[in-house]
Amino acid sequence: MAAQHNQGGAHGGGDDGAPRRPPEWADGLKQLYDSVVEEALPDNFKDLLDRLDSIPPAPSSDGPDSRG
Amino acid sequence: MSEADATGERRSASEKSDFKRELTEVVPHLRAFARGLCGRPDVADDLVQETLLKAWAAQERFEPGTSMRAWTFVILRNAYLTDMRRNRFRGEYDEGVAERILTAPAGQEEPIHLSDLHRALLTLPAERREALLLVGAGGFSYEEAAAICGCAVGTIKSRVGRARAALSEMLSSGAIPRRSSDDDVAHRAILEELDTVASGNGVSSRG
Repeated sequence: MAAQHNQGGAHGGGDDGAPRRPPEWADGLKQLYDSVVEEALPDNFKDLLDRLDSIPPAPSSDGPDSRG
Repeated sequence: MSEADATGERRSASEKSDFKRELTEVVPHLRAFARGLCGRPDVADDLVQETLLKAWAAQERFEPGTSMRAWTFVILRNAYLTDMRRNRFRGEYDEGVAERILTAPAGQEEPIHLSDLHRALLTLPAERREALLLVGAGGFSYEEAAAICGCAVGTIKSRVGRARAALSEMLSSGAIPRRSSDDDVAHRAILEELDTVASGNGVSSRG
């Protein structure tokens, strides 16, 4: 496997001096996550959430105890 | 079935509305977690919808006062593992995903493309990927992540460490799958590990 192809580095490969700093992508991972969290909720989710009230929760075993 | 009394108690109306509110609040997090896991937004959203329905159905098993996010992540995770085993996500990675999100903070020496990051993330074995997502993106503690994954804290630490190392290596060497055919290879690797992951934890539906 010749996977160690150092191709396309944005800078010259000799990036010395930082063997163990926190990975630069660590923040990117959060960005990926947060960017989705911050997205507006699509309508189909709103619809589903609205619909939930009309769906009775499954009885956890067998107890149709109908007390409001 | 005497256990029914313990778990099957009815919730008050206010507890039910609390549940609904909390469930609603975690939807964005479920979407983010799902997208990290499976790559394609539409598929991830399907997974979240499935999760919401399952969570709703199982709401009496939720203990008020505990973390709704952690509870629903368990459900999502299990749904994901089930779907993965059915090959539902195979080869479905969308290269466009995350491209638009990318912006490296100014001053950062080497901008990491989020699309590369996401692609690299998807090549990790499922167990490491989810561990890293939970801790590194979702902000869960190791303990919480361990509870979600149904494994020991040390195991989560080790998975996160390995995931980080693998990502760092991939991102620095540029050895990231570029196309969906490569991604398919990655998925195959993931699938091979799934049985281990799925059988290694006892979190099926947390009775």
